[in-house]
Amino acid sequence: MIPYTPEQLTLRLETAFDVEFTFHKVDHLVDILAPLDRDTQDFILGWVERIASTNIQISYEFTRRVVEALDRLDRRVIEAWAVHAMDTYDRTGLRPALEVLYKVDDFLAHAHAHAAGAFFDEVKTVLSNFLCGLSGRRLELKPGEQLFTDSERLFLPNVTADMESEADNFLLCKARVAFMWAQTRFGSCRMDFDTVLAGFDDPARALAAFQTLDNLRLEACLARELPGLWRDMQALSVRHGDPALPEDWQALTQAFNIDPADPESALALLDQAYALEPPPPRVYHAALNPQAVAEVRAARMAREKILLRVKLAKLVEEHRAEKAAEQKDHHPARFEARQEGQAWELALDDLPIAPPEDVKQLLTSISLDWGEIPPEMLTAAGDGEYDPALYEEKEKNPDEVWQGTYHEEGAHLYPEWDFARQHYRKNWCVLREIDLKPGDPGYVDEVIDRHRGLVKHLRRTFEAMRDESRLLKRQVQGDDVDIDALVEALADSMDGREMSDQLFMHLHRADRNMAVMFMVDMSGSTRGWINDAEREALVMLCESLETLGDRYAIYGFSGQTRKRCEIYRIKTFDQPYNADTRARIAGIEPRDYTRMGVAIRHLSKLLNEIEARTKLLIALSDGKPDDYFDIYRGRYGIEDTRQALFEARRSGIHPFCITIDREGKEYLPHMYGHANWVEIDEVRKLPLKVADIYRRLTT
Amino acid sequence: MDSAQSPTESHFITQEPYYEPVGNEVALFEAAYANRLPVLLKGPTGCGKTRFMEYMAWRLRRPLITVSCHDDLTTSDLVGRYLVKGGETTWVDGPLTRAVRAGGICYLDEIVEARKDTMVVIHPLADDRRMMPIEKLGQLLEAPAEFCLAISYNPGYQSVLKELKQSTRQRFVALSFDYPKPELEAKIIRHETGLDEAATQKLLKLAEMTRKLKGNGLEEGASTRLLVHAGKLIAQGVEPRAACRGAVSLALTDDDDMIAAVNELIAALF
Ligand SMILES: Nc1ncnc2c1ncn2[C@@H]1O[C@H](COP(=O)(O)OP(=O)(O)OP(=O)(O)O)[C@@H](O)[C@H]1O
Ligand SMILES: [Mg+2]
Repeated sequence: MIPYTPEQLTLRLETAFDVEFTFHKVDHLVDILAPLDRDTQDFILGWVERIASTNIQISYEFTRRVVEALDRLDRRVIEAWAVHAMDTYDRTGLRPALEVLYKVDDFLAHAHAHAAGAFFDEVKTVLSNFLCGLSGRRLELKPGEQLFTDSERLFLPNVTADMESEADNFLLCKARVAFMWAQTRFGSCRMDFDTVLAGFDDPARALAAFQTLDNLRLEACLARELPGLWRDMQALSVRHGDPALPEDWQALTQAFNIDPADPESALALLDQAYALEPPPPRVYHAALNPQAVAEVRAARMAREKILLRVKLAKLVEEHRAEKAAEQKDHHPARFEARQEGQAWELALDDLPIAPPEDVKQLLTSISLDWGEIPPEMLTAAGDGEYDPALYEEKEKNPDEVWQGTYHEEGAHLYPEWDFARQHYRKNWCVLREIDLKPGDPGYVDEVIDRHRGLVKHLRRTFEAMRDESRLLKRQVQGDDVDIDALVEALADSMDGREMSDQLFMHLHRADRNMAVMFMVDMSGSTRGWINDAEREALVMLCESLETLGDRYAIYGFSGQTRKRCEIYRIKTFDQPYNADTRARIAGIEPRDYTRMGVAIRHLSKLLNEIEARTKLLIALSDGKPDDYFDIYRGRYGIEDTRQALFEARRSGIHPFCITIDREGKEYLPHMYGHANWVEIDEVRKLPLKVADIYRRLTT
Repeated sequence: MDSAQSPTESHFITQEPYYEPVGNEVALFEAAYANRLPVLLKGPTGCGKTRFMEYMAWRLRRPLITVSCHDDLTTSDLVGRYLVKGGETTWVDGPLTRAVRAGGICYLDEIVEARKDTMVVIHPLADDRRMMPIEKLGQLLEAPAEFCLAISYNPGYQSVLKELKQSTRQRFVALSFDYPKPELEAKIIRHETGLDEAATQKLLKLAEMTRKLKGNGLEEGASTRLLVHAGKLIAQGVEPRAACRGAVSLALTDDDDMIAAVNELIAALF
């Protein structure tokens, strides 16, 4: 095939870089690309366009460097380089992404890590759930510079790339997580290292010796507890090329073959081990961090010993309340705790009681620190014996959290669809629900007044849809024989004609069982008549829906960038339509940007928590997905919205998109491909449209 | 009136079903039965409620008629209806009526799934009147002493909307079921599957792991039934990791991340 002409190249690049707005110069790039053969040109242009859909600046810098890089690197590496630049942009922003492009050689040095490494963000969900299934204290997985646990959190580096293949690197993450879990579960974290190391001339060497012993002990525990993983870990270690354990150490491991092998059994061998040269660690070993553990543990032990007594006091209260009538004597409550397998059982005054989940977890955590449940903790706390500040976890003000750097705490994370890469960006959008501030309380009455005729008409329309129980005649199946039909059928059969089988009456019972979620665009672009239209339409809809008695909810959405997606509560499913709701409808106002996909995902989730036969998601918007200086403008946003609607539909929801606009946009059919949608340009039509949708769905 | 009904004899259980009592449920059920009180079995899916009913029916030597409730179940489906055949109308008893006439045990499984208005037909049967009106026949059936009504209900995952009505639940003696204690669950698995001790213990550990994930991504942990399924596959020679993936992770959830996590737990054990 003949190469592209400079004119063709210019056009392709100008389109990719959106030069009309970005003013990027493409002439010198065309000069570079023109002499290449067609195949290479196609390869490069393909990537230029793909990267441009993420960020134009990155694509531009890529183009400037790619030809020179092609001389030295093969295409697979170039691809990895481009993908890595885009991933870096996703994770940390534009500047670091450009760095990746400027420093090709650095990339090459780490090429392996980028190609085959396991990224924290990608393994986090699965390994967190894996961890949650393991016994012991609830642990949290966090990204960190170093591999260690403080006995409550496990830290795993951003990239794990010690192994050759991607699969092995994932397995390595899993092995490391399991290993750190073992440190908390099998007692390494309850050791008092100051005491342990006190007698030695060289405490560092003693620590290393203990560490080695403890690792061997934990391996024995893992072999018993998770034999499948232990097999995988050994194979991993071999593939990594870890040297075999020296014989003198091998001999020491005999002690750990008995169950349970507690840390004291490692301690007993410390003198012997101190004399030996410690072997290099295995690839999945995590170093103990005595100081981090000690700090976290001290705080936890102080808190939990009080917390347990407070919770037990609550249990006593609950259990005695039940028996208050019969049992008046208030002797001090006697608790006993017993471990049955992994589970904790509790007896109050010799009667077994089922401990609630939080108490069970507390008992587990305490027994891990103390080796048992100290009897003095098994007495209920007296009234006001402790200041709640001593045991309550400080609740952070959600608004402060939202503004600050830890704003992901307690927020919802949602994926987003990247059409160019054809995959989801995991945990990409950070979303929070916020109460909407009420607006003018008189607004709703004023709207009803203004549209009196329409409101009346709508009410009648909806009333007509009210499903009433009615007797259906001439059915094939039913509860009763339809005598009229039977007489006719008998007459037919006398005449020699075929007898009908529609001989029954069936009572159709009113059971609409419908739930509707309204999702209202509150982005800046709705300012003006669209916002008014939305509010007025909602007023009329609420007035009408009340006559049907269906469950419905109203939420607004807007936000700024993927990190601050906001959902505003206007009416939840549980809230009645009252003065407060009305004032909140009045308070619907244009705010920031429109990231529609994440809003659809969140509200679908809420809707799916409702038990209803028919679930309806009705989106009111101006049909312009758009976010702050972000890829969400254009094709990306359209495709993500389309995908989110598809997900909603797949989960059993009927999505309907109502676009309020006066200029039909040609991408709407594609964006709403998985939903039903209409475009309207007048307020009056909106509630009528919804009435239509209703009719279509219920009859 | 001619009644064309399937013989209740076929509902007699002749072979002793395998059932491991978990607590005092057998004695409680027998006491309720002797006093003609209806029984409500509460508990998560797959923990042995159906098996228990089969066992009790065998023990008490009564026919067992089971109805799985669903939201289209009408009163006629339970009580009976007229059918028209060759120009003649015939009355056919529903399962509830059959059980009452035969003095059998009627077990209504997953009662909350049924429509509320259907459920009221059991009210007069479930209190001390022990009567069943058959409006269409103009009859009032009195339940014989041997008749017993039992219903089951899983309080775990139903939403608030599907709570059992107070006027229904307060008619019953409730028996609470849960997954058996480890030793007992092990015994059940071994008996049902013929699996060896080591593999059984691993299945138990897996059960415990998934039960810890309940409320943390899983709606329910693995039930005894799932363990039995996995055990049967393993005993049949299916590779254990594959058996558990099929019988446990995929059966528990459709969420890809959760399936992956449960698979990792399986791979850690087997
Ligand atoms: N106590 C038990 N004794 C013997 N087998 C049991 C026991 N508990 C559970 N099983 C085993 O578990 C399987 C499932 O039990 P069953 O079908 O009775 O559950 P269920 O409680 O009726 O569940 P669902 O609520 O889903 O109907 C049985 O087939 C049996 O193999
Ligand atoms: Mg059952």
